[in-house]
Amino acid sequence: MATTQAIAEQRPVIQLVNVNKTYPNGVQGLKDLNLSIGQGEFVIVIGLSGAGKSTMLRSINRLNEITSGDIIIDGQSITRAKGKSLREIRRNIGMIFQSFNLVKRSSVLRNVLTGRVAYHSTLNMILGIFPKKDKEIAYEALKRVNLAEKVYTRADQLSGGQQQRVSIARALAQEPKIILADEPVASLDPITTERVMDDLLRINRDLGITVLVNLHSIELARKYGDRIIGLRGGELVFDGPTAEATDSTLRAIYGEAILEEEDNKGEA
Amino acid sequence: MIPNQTTLPKKTGKVKFFTTLAMLLIIIITSAVITDVDFWQLFMNVGQAGYILDQMSRPDWSYVSIVLGPLVETIRMAILGTAFGALLAFPFSLYVARNMESNKAISSVLRFLMNIIRTIPELLLAAVFVAVFGIGPFAGIIALAIFSFGMVSKLFFESIETIDEGPIEALKSSGANRLEIMRYGVIPQVISYYWNYVLFAFEINIRASAVLGYIGAGGIGIFLQRALSQVRYDRVAVIILIIFVVVLAIDYVSNKVREKLL
Repeated sequence: MATTQAIAEQRPVIQLVNVNKTYPNGVQGLKDLNLSIGQGEFVIVIGLSGAGKSTMLRSINRLNEITSGDIIIDGQSITRAKGKSLREIRRNIGMIFQSFNLVKRSSVLRNVLTGRVAYHSTLNMILGIFPKKDKEIAYEALKRVNLAEKVYTRADQLSGGQQQRVSIARALAQEPKIILADEPVASLDPITTERVMDDLLRINRDLGITVLVNLHSIELARKYGDRIIGLRGGELVFDGPTAEATDSTLRAIYGEAILEEEDNKGEA
Repeated sequence: MIPNQTTLPKKTGKVKFFTTLAMLLIIIITSAVITDVDFWQLFMNVGQAGYILDQMSRPDWSYVSIVLGPLVETIRMAILGTAFGALLAFPFSLYVARNMESNKAISSVLRFLMNIIRTIPELLLAAVFVAVFGIGPFAGIIALAIFSFGMVSKLFFESIETIDEGPIEALKSSGANRLEIMRYGVIPQVISYYWNYVLFAFEINIRASAVLGYIGAGGIGIFLQRALSQVRYDRVAVIILIIFVVVLAIDYVSNKVREKLL
């Protein structure tokens, strides 16, 4: 879609400027990456395992440190942010993980409420005092992923797909500008995969939240993405609207990449 | 018969097994010789044991009312000792666990200190505190607190080290600070273990506190020592029975609670 490209140019909400990441063992995770993602875009990042998808996503909210370059979130450099300002930038970025990362022994509501933690004083949080409004925000978020009736269920009693949707609700409770989803459907079956992807798409369309999803399925990428970014060996090898991501173009990424895989594994 | 058995490489280490066995036997026999263990003594003293058992089979029930007070004191000592120790162990374990991103140098010094504390038997601790604070339950409580602290810390920080790190990462990515991460990402995962260990320490402390009085650290142990030195086995029997009942009851309740926790 050309329109999303236009938005991207208008107001980048994520900017990567000459980003490099070298792991301590010398493996280069990201190579001179330049990207600009606009408010409200639904972007899918594809590439084989070890291509740097996760590394890139986790650099955006700085769960990974980058070696050089700069990452700018909504006008602020997260790379240079420290302490409280780093946490405030992170608060605006929800993250969804392949393994859901819920506290399994806690209730669904508890888990979703953890998305609100960064908004309050540490003391109140230690004491476990959440304002009533937060519980409503959490409940709203659960309704949005159709899990309202599970509020008080323990997280480990839900199916994988439901757990992933709880983790989407947790990200939503942050009231974020951006949602990063790192292989959100890799451990789910095809039907639940679709529900999770539909939820993400709906959030993007209804709330205007910028969504960045790592996937290894090109089929899914084409079905949901407005824009596709292709990585190979930590380098940007494709960036364009979904329509341009044709078989022949993608063969360029995937065809030879398999050979390169061998000397590039060890990180994802 | 296992097909293709010959292709399976033979397990080495048989020699090692027999060497270990032989060495163990040598150690046991030499220890027995050095410490003058004489199995004959066991049989020679059957008569003496018979006399004691005979005395004990006729407990002095009137003694119950006298030792009830000290018994309650023993239980109180165990409760307070466990509580103080466990209270300290909680933040300590959270700091010291290797996956909690604490200062490495400080936490390894703390772990080292804790391991030293753990090597001191509680009876020795109690003896020291009796010397410092004088005879009475206070010395016993401090000794039990230190013992519980060592035990609960060790078990608790080790379970913290085995938690699922996923929720920590999720909280970190949502902008939570370290304390908030612990509160919402770590503690919910391990809190039931903590209570489990506290109850376990309490069970041990009930038993230990019964003995501590023996060296003057308060509780029912003083009466046990008194009865023994007066050769009043009918009273010894009462004390042993009463401790037995209490330990059994508390073990039962605590086991039930622990089953519910896990």
